[in-house]
Amino acid sequence: MTELTALTIAEARDKLLAKEISSVDMTEAYLSAIDAANAALNTYVEITPDNARKWAQISDEKIAKGEAGALEGIPVGIKDLFGTEGVRTQACSHILDGFKPRYESTVTQNLWDDGAVMLGKLNMDEFAMGSSNETSYDGNVVNPWRADGSDAALVPGGSSGGSASAVAAQLCAAATATDTGGSIRQPAALTGTVGIKPTNGRWSRWGIVAFASSLDHAGPITRDVRDAAIMLKSMASVDPKDTTSVDRPVPNYEAALEGSVKGMKIGIPKEYRIDGMPEEIETLWQQGIDWYRDAGAEIVDISLPHTKYALPAYYIVAPAEASSNLARYDGVRYGLRVQGDDIVDMYEKTRAAGFGDEVKRRIMIGTYVLSAGYYDAYYLRAQKVRTLIKQDFEKAYADGVDAILTPATPSPAFAIGDEEMAADPVKMYLNDVFTVTVNMAGLPGISVPAGLSANGLPMGLQLIGRAFDEETLFKASMVIERAAGRFAPKAWW
Amino acid sequence: MSVDTDTVKRVARLSRIALADGEAEKMTDELNTILGFVEQLNEVDIEGVEPMTSVVATDMRKRVDGVTDGSKAGDIVANAPVTEDNFFMVPKVVE
Repeated sequence: MTELTALTIAEARDKLLAKEISSVDMTEAYLSAIDAANAALNTYVEITPDNARKWAQISDEKIAKGEAGALEGIPVGIKDLFGTEGVRTQACSHILDGFKPRYESTVTQNLWDDGAVMLGKLNMDEFAMGSSNETSYDGNVVNPWRADGSDAALVPGGSSGGSASAVAAQLCAAATATDTGGSIRQPAALTGTVGIKPTNGRWSRWGIVAFASSLDHAGPITRDVRDAAIMLKSMASVDPKDTTSVDRPVPNYEAALEGSVKGMKIGIPKEYRIDGMPEEIETLWQQGIDWYRDAGAEIVDISLPHTKYALPAYYIVAPAEASSNLARYDGVRYGLRVQGDDIVDMYEKTRAAGFGDEVKRRIMIGTYVLSAGYYDAYYLRAQKVRTLIKQDFEKAYADGVDAILTPATPSPAFAIGDEEMAADPVKMYLNDVFTVTVNMAGLPGISVPAGLSANGLPMGLQLIGRAFDEETLFKASMVIERAAGRFAPKAWW
Repeated sequence: MSVDTDTVKRVARLSRIALADGEAEKMTDELNTILGFVEQLNEVDIEGVEPMTSVVATDMRKRVDGVTDGSKAGDIVANAPVTEDNFFMVPKVVE
């Protein structure tokens, strides 16, 4: 770690524009840091040093000419789910073996248009299905955080585990990530970083490998709230190539950071007090409530009665959409092919060899709940429950609540290879119990580091906002960040 | 509701995923754990509730029905495992 990799985006931006530092030097510092750390942390699945150096050089020239973009010269990492032209894009799945798209995803193109420098592609759970980054075909990611006095390897969360781990370990200034049930906010909470999942439709899906289209969200993982605001501003856009991207102007989120929360109504949903929640998560939540009260916000108890049904409904809707989206991997157009006796045999052998166990499970569940005779009992029912979940939030916001405060995860980081979770897929799914409701309702949610557990591991609080009101979330997040400070792991790698 | 091994084999066939020996049995237990978990949705009163079809209320944007892209056959087949003259090659389908 060097001083250059310790800078936030905002700090680096100021120094770059003042010509105190160069993008070439900063990029070189990151490449060295990645080199030194990747064997231990396994965050990057592809490093693109030649491109990075070339882009950094161009950025320095643009800065010299006074033509700097909003992210000019800032080195970032890209989750392996985003299509990057000519660069490996495999969703960390064997079935996309060797896939190098001939196109660029709109979100990453937006970053490059603003001058960001790509360092490489980041590890993730296979097809973003997982909460521990253990389903990746490229091997699990290690959390740069360790419990006090222990050298046991912990998970970084998932599915954006590579993104979260790389940002926390200062292996990129910021990273792109995606969140279908909690995959930005949960790893952010487990690594002491900030992660925001914006409103559905705030960004373009074009060129991002699809998992569950009505639940997938792209967003950034960053070191602090300001950087999240800077990144989201660049990532978000309306795109003619994606009719679900919503045509409304992207606000200057950074400008929202300075506002006061005085008089703001913060809702505390009683249903998020779940059985078996560790006391330190409960205490953290109470601490957050106190911070808002001290900052002049009004604390309101609210009820979101269908909360407990969000996770089971998710495990019908998400696999159903996944089984459809992943039908395209057939060994014909890209990626892996395993030869068979005939075309069906080729499909079946290719998909058997190409997909990991968790992905197969979800395709199978999705196929089953959509199959004749079961559609009404499962899928249609789940979509109706989803309407009820959304109505719970709408009612709270109609009653004047500005944002909702909850814990981000039910526990701090857990061990790699946790036997209970390996034996029971549902135990792993419960990691997303506080985050998944937000995807079901398409609302924006942010996870902000709020404190350390008794054994020194980061824990996060989540704020949930109104649709397209990310500005309130950023403003309110500053209360937590100002009170809790920022958190960085001690380097051991 | 729960599934038996024959149903799992049928679903695997529909999913176009070959199962190795013993895999269907293992998967039957795992799928039943998940199906058992989602069973609690039966407690919810959904009488008169519309299913969600769009997560954000919005009118679909339309565009002129014109060609905006194309002439990229080389790009399209570039990542295919087997191609010939810009065609995807598959095992023989019709005798």
